[in-house]
Amino acid sequence: MNSQKCESSILSPAADGVPVRLMNKLAILSDAAKYDASCASSGASRRDSLDGRGVGSTEGMGICHSYAPDGRCISLLKVLLTNFCTFDCLYCVNRVSSNVPRARFEVDELVNLVLAFYKRNYIEGLFLSSGIIQDPDYTMEQIVEVARRLREVHDFRGYIHLKTIPEATPELLASAGRYADRLSINVELARSSSLDSLAPQKEAGGIRRAMAGIRSRLDESRERSHSGRAAPQFAASGQSTQMIVGADDASDGELLDCSESLYNGYHLKRVYYSAFSPIPDASAALPLAPPDLNREHRLYQADWLMRFYGFAVDEIVAGGENGMLDPALDPKLAWALKHRERFPVDVNQAERELLLRVPGLGTRGVERIIASRRLHRLSLADLGRLCGSVARMRPFVVTRDWRPTSLLDNSGLRAQLMQGSAQMSLFD
Amino acid sequence: MNHQQQSQRLHKVQLARPDDFDGWRRLARQHLAAGSVPESIIWEFGGGTADLFGEQVAPASPAAASNPQRTGQVPVVPRRFLELARCVACHRTPDRFALLYRVLWRASHGEPGLLDLPSDPDMHRLHRLGKCVARERHKMHAFVRFRQTPEVEPEHFSAWFEPEHHTLRLSSDFFVRRFANMHWSIVTPDESAHWNGQSLQFGPGGHRNKGAAPEAMEQLWKTYFANIFNPARLKLDAMRSEMPVKYWKNLPEAPLIAELVHNAGARSQAMVDSLPSEPPRFASRATAARATRHPTPSESIEHGRKSRISDERSESD
Ligand code: SF4
Repeated sequence: MNSQKCESSILSPAADGVPVRLMNKLAILSDAAKYDASCASSGASRRDSLDGRGVGSTEGMGICHSYAPDGRCISLLKVLLTNFCTFDCLYCVNRVSSNVPRARFEVDELVNLVLAFYKRNYIEGLFLSSGIIQDPDYTMEQIVEVARRLREVHDFRGYIHLKTIPEATPELLASAGRYADRLSINVELARSSSLDSLAPQKEAGGIRRAMAGIRSRLDESRERSHSGRAAPQFAASGQSTQMIVGADDASDGELLDCSESLYNGYHLKRVYYSAFSPIPDASAALPLAPPDLNREHRLYQADWLMRFYGFAVDEIVAGGENGMLDPALDPKLAWALKHRERFPVDVNQAERELLLRVPGLGTRGVERIIASRRLHRLSLADLGRLCGSVARMRPFVVTRDWRPTSLLDNSGLRAQLMQGSAQMSLFD
Repeated sequence: MNHQQQSQRLHKVQLARPDDFDGWRRLARQHLAAGSVPESIIWEFGGGTADLFGEQVAPASPAAASNPQRTGQVPVVPRRFLELARCVACHRTPDRFALLYRVLWRASHGEPGLLDLPSDPDMHRLHRLGKCVARERHKMHAFVRFRQTPEVEPEHFSAWFEPEHHTLRLSSDFFVRRFANMHWSIVTPDESAHWNGQSLQFGPGGHRNKGAAPEAMEQLWKTYFANIFNPARLKLDAMRSEMPVKYWKNLPEAPLIAELVHNAGARSQAMVDSLPSEPPRFASRATAARATRHPTPSESIEHGRKSRISDERSESD
């Protein structure tokens, strides 16, 4: 099999009535879209189609309608409008200098595909992105037109995520936000010097300006809704971005610093980390190695600690060495092992902030502990019922009937916990 | 019948359906008021007796009712608990209604905080059962796959689904909200739901229609599934834990999984091994065109695309 080929050979020959041309386009344009990690469909304003003409609803929590063998959720039809592109971003399979098959959807062709998939309950909606053809405004217009037809012609009430092109005019970004639940612009690389060398036509300043523009429109729409007047709808589920991990030498610390500044500066809903993955027809300038999925995983864990557990970036990074997270341990555990003096924590007394620092204890577990300990003093068995498993916590907590002895001083603790953590995830 | 007798003798209580939460709730309230101890009630469902609601329950005497500690005045039940109980009622475990009643009984007999105490073993079990059902409902929202019924106007869609618990009714509101303007049916082995754009009807269960020809649209969905997968990131366990194998038989995309997995290693190795190639002919012209702000020379791109797509086609057909 040719490495540039899309995965269509394993499909049985097209059955009667299957539009082969469309099938081939779909193969190419979904293959080209898989490097965007996001498939989230949550956070949209609640709506349904009971008082409408079309289909669709969003219920706050997104739904994964399938899972690919890479373990990723398939929630949206994630495609490119076209994978022709005049830019030459070296890490990208669609760059102008790459020899991949190219295709382009007609607007109505894609609109009808979204509706047909949606009516069969395959998807929550559409995640549309595109290579840049002709110029950024033309491309953005086409993207917006797909969303407009879905909403206005077909009264589609499912989820729409549009990848916006930072170089397009602000008016186009505004109309994208009118139809979309989420907008995203990928920063791609944490270091702007890397962006200059790997994506010569992109410009870090322009990306940030576009994000700032989206943020101020988001703020505006919220302010107006607080003041009582109906706010024009603008991307109710916010904006997100993606960074490629491992295409340049940026450390975990640099990536997390970048994320922190993005969360603070532009109120992003999510930063996605995407381990640089070998692509068909890759550029010689980039590492040709399997993607470092473990590193990506640790970055997601660190990102959660930063957003929901009150950790500062330097605290998280200090859990590892030389600006890199400990690859063998989840970053919360790594931090705890370097701060043994803060443990054990008494679950019947400790404040929320301290409980959140206990390895193996998630945000939901913490809330349950706080609710239950008002009624009675918790035992280790209670803790197990509240939080699922106490295996990871034991060395770090005190309960009515449990106090770790010298476990915390044991230099073998790291190795011992590493063994256990191979099968366990902190964030379940 | 005096209060003493009511609480001691054995009661067979008949519910209308295996997931009849409303019936349970009404009868539980009556029995609680009458002081029937948990061990005295046998909850039955779907037996098809004419008197769906079983015997009349005698109210507790006024004197007894004024002493809630002893006779079980119906406690004020938090909404959260009702939602949990509604889910638990759909679980297939045989003692679900008895467990629910026992918890209510305990809550009204000296353990007022019980319903908010997730660490209590009974409550813990309720939460576990509720979680199973909520998960099954969620998976049903996710994995029901409609097929269009051929040659029917207005459009009609139908799906076959085998839920692990009695989640058809629990999940059908979601389908109504989402597909309000579509006509659809969801058929399970126990029961079926039918929406005609106006109202929701429930009917008898059905069988899997093995012979049904796949729709053309399924082929497109499978095309998408195969191509959105990144062979360099194989993670089968993650996939299986979120999409357990028990659902695969009714998912049109699932038959592709084995081969996608089988080919993944070779495909990603081929990408790592392949030498960088020369840029395609249109690349320099497209870049130059961008620099001078001329439109992309689309003919040459069209041309390049056609030859590639026809390559694709000859290999995949
Ligand atoms: S602009 Fe860059 S990243 Fe986007 S499709 Fe084109 S080459 Fe890829």
